[in-house]
Amino acid sequence: MSGAAFTNEDGVLHFRGTMTLARLGDVVERVEAIDGQPKAVDLSGIERIDTVGAWIIHRLVRDHDIPVQGADSNTARLLEQVAAADRPCNVRPDHTPPFKRVLAQVGSAVYEAGSTLHGLTGFFGATLVAAWGVVRHPRRFRFNAVARQFEVVGIEALAIVGLMSFLIGVVIAQQGAIQLRQFGAEVFAINLIGRITFRELGVLMTAIMVAGRSGSAFAAQIGSMRLAEEVDAMRTIGVSPMEALVLPRVLSTVLLMPLLGFYASLLALLGGGLFTWIALDIPPVTFVSRIREVVPLTDVLTGLIKAPVFGMIIAMAGCFQGMQVEGSAESVGLRTTSAVVQSIFLVIIVNAMFAVFFASIGWV
Amino acid sequence: MSMAGAETGDDIVIDVRGVRNQFGAQVVHEDLDLAVRRGEILGVVGGSGTGKSVLLRSIIGLQTPAAGEITVFGEPMIGREDTEAQNVRRRWGVLFQNGALFSTLTVAENVQVPLREYYRRLDAQLLDEIASYKIAMSGLGPEAGPKYPSELSGGMRKRAALARALSLDPELLFLDEPTAGLDPIGAAAFDALIKSLKETLGLTVFLITHDLDTLYAICDRVAVIADRKVVAVGTIAELLALDQPWIQEYFNGPRGRTAAHGAETLHEEAEARSDRPVAAQANVDVRG
Repeated sequence: MSGAAFTNEDGVLHFRGTMTLARLGDVVERVEAIDGQPKAVDLSGIERIDTVGAWIIHRLVRDHDIPVQGADSNTARLLEQVAAADRPCNVRPDHTPPFKRVLAQVGSAVYEAGSTLHGLTGFFGATLVAAWGVVRHPRRFRFNAVARQFEVVGIEALAIVGLMSFLIGVVIAQQGAIQLRQFGAEVFAINLIGRITFRELGVLMTAIMVAGRSGSAFAAQIGSMRLAEEVDAMRTIGVSPMEALVLPRVLSTVLLMPLLGFYASLLALLGGGLFTWIALDIPPVTFVSRIREVVPLTDVLTGLIKAPVFGMIIAMAGCFQGMQVEGSAESVGLRTTSAVVQSIFLVIIVNAMFAVFFASIGWV
Repeated sequence: MSMAGAETGDDIVIDVRGVRNQFGAQVVHEDLDLAVRRGEILGVVGGSGTGKSVLLRSIIGLQTPAAGEITVFGEPMIGREDTEAQNVRRRWGVLFQNGALFSTLTVAENVQVPLREYYRRLDAQLLDEIASYKIAMSGLGPEAGPKYPSELSGGMRKRAALARALSLDPELLFLDEPTAGLDPIGAAAFDALIKSLKETLGLTVFLITHDLDTLYAICDRVAVIADRKVVAVGTIAELLALDQPWIQEYFNGPRGRTAAHGAETLHEEAEARSDRPVAAQANVDVRG
């Protein structure tokens, strides 16, 4: 079997061989490079042809308006088919100039941010309403779902949160000691560890970890339930998705964040204490008594007050984004990413606001 | 086109012999044999969970059977390196059950993916023209080209997926439940499309379906999977003559009868239009 070939004899184009996609060779280029006006196309030498071959002949015949000779029935039928399918078809989406596109993207990002904030506020309200409904009708409280979320959000997170906090405690102690050594005040590293873990890092790092671990899981779970129409099925059966899906997650995250944050602070102290004991020769007894002297109760309270707020933000963002999933599985991925980014972003902003607030009420 | 066919000595495009598929302790296929002839539309039927899709996946190399031999165009498919199977792959097209269009590409770009992969030298204009006539051939409107799969309805997605399956002008087409989820008008149009493509392009079609109307309308032969193997292959008339309980229930159930009646009416109409007789050839082979 030979590849496609063609010759031009006095304006009659003779095609021969196998006019298929795999065996076109340079026929396309040569057909385009024809000099002068061809008179006819002769297909009697064609052994085999597919739609691509037929298309190339069709294009030639169409552009030059010339007759076809010697086509067998199969070739003729193929030519007919591709001719029937020849009509203008857009292949690419409409192209917009870059400047306009950037403007449009900025605009839609601003709009998106605004509508997300609006939606999140509305969702917060809906959650409060659902919570009030459960308070008034305590029998609707889903104890099992809450217990399950306690396990997933809290207990299963203990190991990773603990390890992270322990290592952060070690690093703070080490870096603090290096800097303070220049003043001969290495022992003040303990102040640094005690105050920064209880007041800021313990809760903040836990919030970031919970956002990455549980906030994303909320969005993905609820999102895939939306895709599978499980959420709609719940509604038609008369189960409120807010009560069955959102409340248990929000409640367990809000309750567990203070516990996890406190636990994280303790493990950071443990890490810092071990480091100061081993590297700076400060015995644990001194470490503990020093912590009791320098860490005021307000530091612990600061952390414990912030933690449930962070928990609320994380759970709201996760559940809200999950409920926004529509259409395809791709949307689950996008919404999960948004949930994590938004919750961490909001947590950091709110944390800054808390810092200003606590400073101005004198808890320094 | 004879080079691959000559190697098998017969016009058998797909040859499945003694295949066993199992997942853990669950055996899906045991000693399954099936041969698909060149130029026929073979319908594959079977109850839910009898492994029709698993068989398809085994043939196209997405699932490695625990035992047995599979040859496509005379080339063994099991235990081949990916690069070796490449030459066979470009001779077939697969339409997956849910279309499996690439979601980040437009319909036209989806159609161009196999072309770009195998024929890098094709110039951009010809690529666009090929995409646009393939889209038209598969029965989509010109507005579908620049759309993303998420913007299409289920039926349009199937057609777009068919356009992609046909983009390399394959000799062999695998269709996994092509009409599932389509409305009856759309399903009938899809049947007609496949039949006309088969006639003009000389396609061999391996078609998994639950749609009795499709079986009556376009299939040359039907293979029945039951009890972990292909229990019978033949025309519907031949299958009906067999004393196999599942086949009897399948084709003689209320839905089967309705579909048969519908097909008869269509045949009478077709015969009235042309004097070409509707030939039913092919002999039955029964196993199991």
